[in-house]
Amino acid sequence: MHNYWVLLLVMAITTYLIRMIPFAAFRFRIKSRFIRDFLYYVPYAVLGAMTVPYIFYATGNFYTALAGFIAAFVLAYKGLSLLPVAAISCLVAYLVGFVV
Amino acid sequence: MKMKFTYGLKRGLPIALGYLSVSFGFGISAVGAGLSPWQAVLISLMNVTSAGQQAGVAVMAAAGTAIEMMLTQLVINLRYSLMGIALTQKLSGKFTFLHRLLCAFGITDEVFVMAASEEETITPAYMYGLIALPILGWTLGTALGAYAGQILPAALCSALGLAIYAMFVAIVVPPAKENRGVLYAVLISVALSCILYYVPFLKVHISQGFAIILCAVIASALMAYLMPRKEDEADA
Repeated sequence: MHNYWVLLLVMAITTYLIRMIPFAAFRFRIKSRFIRDFLYYVPYAVLGAMTVPYIFYATGNFYTALAGFIAAFVLAYKGLSLLPVAAISCLVAYLVGFVV
Repeated sequence: MKMKFTYGLKRGLPIALGYLSVSFGFGISAVGAGLSPWQAVLISLMNVTSAGQQAGVAVMAAAGTAIEMMLTQLVINLRYSLMGIALTQKLSGKFTFLHRLLCAFGITDEVFVMAASEEETITPAYMYGLIALPILGWTLGTALGAYAGQILPAALCSALGLAIYAMFVAIVVPPAKENRGVLYAVLISVALSCILYYVPFLKVHISQGFAIILCAVIASALMAYLMPRKEDEADA
């Protein structure tokens, strides 16, 4: 790939500027209640949209992924922290893979 | 005052472990697309973003132009701008311009969600701690995948692909259980995401990065309008 360096730099610089410009430039506290509530909900909405339906295709097998999702949901509901939830979910998907 | 460097590291550890498995997959696919292992590693170290890199490698493999690369990254990664603005509202007074320049590099979906869901204001020390391990995990996982992807059994590799999503579930379920507004915001966003994913015409024309922005913006705006939070909640 002869233009690797050019494309790598363009990719990295574009990505950095997208992250940096608003983060560095935005220096005032937003007064609008609507916008503050909007920003409060954004992270959770982002997570929802990133997880479903993509989680069902994360393992390449719908049934192992579904089993992993259910395990993660139940454990999270019971209040387990991130790491055990992720680890057990993977393990469940791996084990179910021997059955389906 | 718990927003210290070590606390940030602790919060970043599960993200880093999730990244290990996801970037492992990226390493494998980048080498498959024709890059050398160290080229794949360099991409991960300099970009630290999943969807954007996946698309970036596709542009490289197709010998695309710089303009094409720029536009692709802009569309897929625009959500980071929104996240950056949201985070500025939680920064402590210690965040100088230089801290902002440096920390901006590490803003990823997961880092954002973690930082945004902290109760206290965000200090530079916490932020450096939070981004350190995820960047390391992301880069290391890419190297492992690029150099050793063929060694691990396929079934194990694919099960590990679930880690990052399981972590998302673990982040979102507890607050959704407590707070009705959060629950509805997530459900609306999930419904929109499914529509964009399963309606054939939409899926072809809307990239995953852009789909996330669309779903999150609509769901959050709707909830902010329908269910404004109480004064005391909003000041927390």
